[in-house]
Order: sequence, then structure tokens, then C-alpha cells
Amino acid sequence: MSASTRTGLGRILVFVYGVFALAATARALVQLGTQASLAPVAYSLSLFSGVVYIVATWALATDRRRIALVTICVELTGVLVIGTLSHPSDIDKASVWSDYGNGYGFVPLVLPLVGLWWLWRLRRRSGRGGSEFPA
Amino acid sequence: MTALQFVLGLFALVVALWLVALIVLDRQPDDYLYGALGVLEFGLFMQLVVGLVMVTGDHGGVNVAAYVGYLVGSLAVLPAAFLWSLGERTRAGTGVLLVAVIVVPVLFLRLHQLWGAR
Repeated sequence: MSASTRTGLGRILVFVYGVFALAATARALVQLGTQASLAPVAYSLSLFSGVVYIVATWALATDRRRIALVTICVELTGVLVIGTLSHPSDIDKASVWSDYGNGYGFVPLVLPLVGLWWLWRLRRRSGRGGSEFPA
Repeated sequence: MTALQFVLGLFALVVALWLVALIVLDRQPDDYLYGALGVLEFGLFMQLVVGLVMVTGDHGGVNVAAYVGYLVGSLAVLPAAFLWSLGERTRAGTGVLLVAVIVVPVLFLRLHQLWGAR
């Protein structure tokens, strides 16, 4: 239990993920609930990003490293693909990942990189102790 | 930005500096710090009441669902950070409080944007 994804810097990381889980999910639910017909695809993607953040938060908070790795990779792919495809003027159809997370101080772009670095660092530090993360 | 948001935002920044000092000095938050967080949370509750009055009045087509969503969501940030920080009474736990106290003024900016986009 000495090295866990939720201790040390990981404790702060889990909280930041939790904030984004709440922000992205709530935003998507408001969008889908009030103006779903305006941009159903964008809002569904918004909801998807919220679910990804929820799973990543849960995985990091409970030291499930493989699930954390998968969800963070999905998150990174999502922010890069949506960031490239989205147009900055589509403000009404925006999601957390639009324009590389510009509306959120680019934290959505930095967060998965920090998450991957954190998992990598833990794996190096606990090469034999890691239960579900073979070295 | 409303006067309440401005005052609460400044207060949040003062608490943030306080938390930075605690992290640098490697000290644990004391009752005064927790009291300040309580005052901030009370201010957020006041803001919810003021905001609800504002959106039920002449709001000129503001996105009410989003506005109220931010008001209600902002109430969850500090209690969640407090509980999560108790799990680890180190600099990292204090860092969680710091993140939460920075998130609060960011939410004010978002509320201000939403209101200005009418």
C-alpha cells in the first residue's frame, strides 16, 4: 500500500479528475436536457468524456492501474481527436475536449499526460509490488 | 461580476495563498483554515440564493439550467475536497484543498461569462 495511485501527488490528481468528471458530466446533461437537437453528436461526445473522467477518477482512487491506463489513453485520444476536428467558433456545440480544452485552460490536454506520467512513475517505483501492472 | 462574487473570489485567493504557505512550511491546516473554508462555503450558499433570485427575475434569456448547475455544483467542491484531503494528512492533502480553493473563483468567472452572454 506504500505506492498507490491515490497517495501523494495522486491524491491531488484524483481530485482534479473528480472535478472534471463532475464538470463534463453535468455540462453534457444540461446540454442534452435543454438543447439536445442543436448538436446531438457533440453533446453525446460531451457525455462520453464525462463518463471517461468518472471511470478514470474511480480507477485512480481505487488503485486499479490497468483500467486507469486504458481510460487515460482514451481521454488523451479524445482530446487530441476532438481538439483537431472541432472549430473554435462552435461555442454552442462545445464539449470539454473542444479546441484541445481551450475553454478549460487546456487542463483537459495536460491532465492525461500527467496521468500517464504518474502511472509510469509508479510502475518504475514498484516493479515487483504492483499487483495488476506487470513490469 | 456581482459584488458577492468579487468579495468571495478575493477571499478564496487569500485562502489559496494561506494554503500555499502551509504547503511550503509543511504544516497541517488548523481550525482557522477550516473556519475560513466554512465561511467560503457559506458565501457560496449565499450566492446560490442570490443567483436563484436573479434567474427568476428579469434575466434576459440567460441559460438558466447551466447557470443554476454551476451554482449548485460549486457547493460540492469544498466539502468533497475536505473529505478527500482527510484521507492523507500530508502536503498532498493540503494540495487538494488548494486545488478546490482555486476552482471556486474559476467557477465565478464561468458564471460571469454565462450572465454576460445573455
